[in-house]
Amino acid sequence: MKIHIPTPLRVYSDKQDTVNVNATTVGEALNALTAKHPDLKKHLYSEEGKLRSFVNVYLNDEDIRYLPEKDATRVNEKDALSIIPSIAGGC
Amino acid sequence: MLKLNEQVYDAVRRHGEETYPYECCGVLLGRSMKGFNEVEDAVRAGNIDTESPRNRYQIAPQELVKIQRLGRERGLDIVGFYHSHPDHRAQWSKTDFAEAHWIGCSYVITSVEKGVAQATNSFLLTGTGEEDKAFEDESVEVAALEAERC
Repeated sequence: MKIHIPTPLRVYSDKQDTVNVNATTVGEALNALTAKHPDLKKHLYSEEGKLRSFVNVYLNDEDIRYLPEKDATRVNEKDALSIIPSIAGGC
Repeated sequence: MLKLNEQVYDAVRRHGEETYPYECCGVLLGRSMKGFNEVEDAVRAGNIDTESPRNRYQIAPQELVKIQRLGRERGLDIVGFYHSHPDHRAQWSKTDFAEAHWIGCSYVITSVEKGVAQATNSFLLTGTGEEDKAFEDESVEVAALEAERC
């Protein structure tokens, strides 16, 4: 399956905007991504191993935090994960 | 440096005027080049901060996913974001900094005074991560559109 990497994190994915991994669940896919590109890990996860609060991961158009089975959600080759840091602010 | 054409620059500023007295927000699609971000298009986004839309903005991650997909289809990347500061200067705030996570991207802010766009400034988010990130002032180069040929 494909994992789309946002512009700020491509420096840690050998400049690739999309990384292909073999996985059967969302969790496996993310593990495969950080195994391929270990430098991504600290930018995605806190020291406690949780996804950083400002990092969103979408399976197609669904936030994985709100999927009933979360990381254990099954995926197939046609699915895509998108990593999207949040954007907000104000004066 | 941030490079954009007149049409995109005007669209960003006009968006801030249209949503006044609320903040507008959007995404800049283009290409990240050595030493500058070049913007091809500005995509409007909704402000999902309903509690304090006069001085806060937030783009729904799902909308960002869609905009990133749109960019990919056009061979463009997300190279920046824009928002307005109604009746406030075009300078990043503590909130802007705390919520900025797209290192290497340009954050464009337009001051809108009484409904009229004033200054538009851009700030490049630099660093390697949350620990050492910083906003740097960057120049904005607005290219005039070529005159239509007969």
